[in-house]
Amino acid sequence: MKKFFSILLTIFVPLSFTNVSKAGSHMEAEVIHWWTSGGEQAAISEFAKAWEEMGNTWIDTAITGGDNARGTTVNRIIGGNPPTAAQFNVSKQFVDLVEQGLLQSLEEVASAEGWRDFIYPPELIETCEFEGEFYCVPVNIHSWQWMWINNDVYKQVGLPVPQTFEEFLAGAPKIQEAGIIPLALGGQGWQESGMFDVVASSIMGFPLMQSIYRDKDLNAFRDGRFESVLNTYRELNQFTDEGSPGRLWNDTTAMVIEGKAAMQVMGDWARGEFAVAGQEAMVDYSCVIPGKEKYVALGGDVFVFPKNDDPKVKDAQLAMASMMVNPTVQAKFNNAKGSLPMRLDVDTSAADACMQMGLDLIQNPDAIMRESDDWNTPAFTAAWGDIISEFRNDPNYTVAQVMDDLEGVLTSGL
Amino acid sequence: MPFYRNIAAKIALLPMIVISLTVFVGCIIYSFFYSLTNSKLVPVMNYVGFDQYERLFKQRKWDVAVENIFIYGFVFTIGCLIIGFLLAVLIDQKIRGESLFRTIFLYPYAMSFVVTGLVWKWVLNPTFGLENSMHMWGMTWFELDWLVNRDLAIYAVCIAAVWQGAGFVMVLMLAGLRGIDEDIWKSLSIEGVAKWKSYIFVILPMLRPMVVTAIVLIAAGVVKVYDLILALTSGGPGYATTTPAMYVMENFFSRANLGQAFAASIIMFISVVCILAPWAFYEFYLRNKYANN
Repeated sequence: MKKFFSILLTIFVPLSFTNVSKAGSHMEAEVIHWWTSGGEQAAISEFAKAWEEMGNTWIDTAITGGDNARGTTVNRIIGGNPPTAAQFNVSKQFVDLVEQGLLQSLEEVASAEGWRDFIYPPELIETCEFEGEFYCVPVNIHSWQWMWINNDVYKQVGLPVPQTFEEFLAGAPKIQEAGIIPLALGGQGWQESGMFDVVASSIMGFPLMQSIYRDKDLNAFRDGRFESVLNTYRELNQFTDEGSPGRLWNDTTAMVIEGKAAMQVMGDWARGEFAVAGQEAMVDYSCVIPGKEKYVALGGDVFVFPKNDDPKVKDAQLAMASMMVNPTVQAKFNNAKGSLPMRLDVDTSAADACMQMGLDLIQNPDAIMRESDDWNTPAFTAAWGDIISEFRNDPNYTVAQVMDDLEGVLTSGL
Repeated sequence: MPFYRNIAAKIALLPMIVISLTVFVGCIIYSFFYSLTNSKLVPVMNYVGFDQYERLFKQRKWDVAVENIFIYGFVFTIGCLIIGFLLAVLIDQKIRGESLFRTIFLYPYAMSFVVTGLVWKWVLNPTFGLENSMHMWGMTWFELDWLVNRDLAIYAVCIAAVWQGAGFVMVLMLAGLRGIDEDIWKSLSIEGVAKWKSYIFVILPMLRPMVVTAIVLIAAGVVKVYDLILALTSGGPGYATTTPAMYVMENFFSRANLGQAFAASIIMFISVVCILAPWAFYEFYLRNKYANN
């Protein structure tokens, strides 16, 4: 019923609330986002609550799927009916909007409140700052860098919980013999390339990854270590099951929770699934950042505020931006979402063992790593991901061919 | 033909003509224009020549997509025609409960492609679909991994599509069969022609208008196939079942690569024109010419 209602809202809200201006200090704001699962809804409603406590009205436009939500946002901006605020990822997804002058600068409130002093890590500022002005509000940090492991499975076969991909590969045949799927992987492009980047960073380290993904350094790309990443990735894929193609990430996590599979590589949002299933971190399941050097990636979400002719909308936008970085709101929001806050002075006493691990790690600037889409356009990351996905699915696609095709993407200027 | 003949009808058609010209022709010109730019998230006039086309033809994914649309188009069209015709012939044998069978066979057509896709996704899934059931019944030799096999996945898509489309062809053919004069059947039986022979060599040629209608309707569905594949395989495994329409949509929305999407859609448009032009030439020009002579 709730779902039905939210679908109705999605359909009718954009039709009925075209004019956002209202008299007095009461402000109305329409927010487009893609947070539709249980935990995600709990998180966005923390923002909505805080906004309504300020005496304002929150119009929720939830659209399933990030692609669809971003597409709607862009269409509405170009069509002249922009929302008050819209969600994007920490990435280059919205750079075009800034360059075309379609987004509201938040510099007024950012410099007044000193955002540059408290937003942590400072890499997040880079994402939002264009020519010295803030154009987005980072709200959280999500990291891909996790192996989620069923402890019972490893107890059953008498192996210690693996800490690296090498250790995992060494134990995988034994797990397979026990009739359990060693690696749970959902065969969708984003899951396949997400796992690939985790394998890459854990094997070749972040500095090398940066010179390939950011600097497009072909010497670094060809120095042999990238090939070994590809080989390891192919080895890992021998241990998946044939039901993998097209499986959703949360169905895949459920396999680990139920003990049908031993391990899944997935972002920290998977923790929510374990929590909902009543499992306890480090007791029922382990979360491991694979590799000798441990990194936490800076993924996450931002909100942007499209320009609007109505000056009242601008007031609402600045007020909402300020609300989103507020430490109290940040604490409530991130505890519901299971993500790390974008500032250090936030109360995280409710954090579980896995989240605490992430919080400890992020204080160390050397452990912070960026993701490919921080430097590259969606077109680049998608073309790259296509090749990785094809490499995973086509055993005849050789490492040498993949290297050539990836080099083609690196030099394409996408 | 003088301009003012049937002037009322022409005025009535005017809005349609204006809309087609502005929406269809206008958008085609617009798309072509922007396919020559390097537009990403929003359309910008940044001329790059035919770079987008060059990039398009270098894409392994685009090759796979084009190959798939040919396989799908061929198997789907032929499959629907053969199965649809067979069903129609069988139902035409004055069987009992005809309307029940007709309803059953036509029912899939009433569903959206998304539903069809999801149903077949469950049936063909090796870990909890038909294969798993057969294994649990002890038939462990049974294998049905089409959906996860990159060489066969596109045929799994065809099966689902034929399952949905065949009933529709059946109804068209049945209507044609019912229109065949009883006297023809009588003379065929007097001549002693075998029943299957009379169906193939006498009746089928008489059904030509039905066959042509069916082909046109099916072919229109082939080019734009998108929802079925999205629901059934999402283009996977890898991108083994992707199609040109999916490629375009992907670049429009998730990949924020408008220039590339425009280029791909222009190529789609040109290929459709290439296929349709000879037919249209025959239908509207040559035919009239012969008819007038």
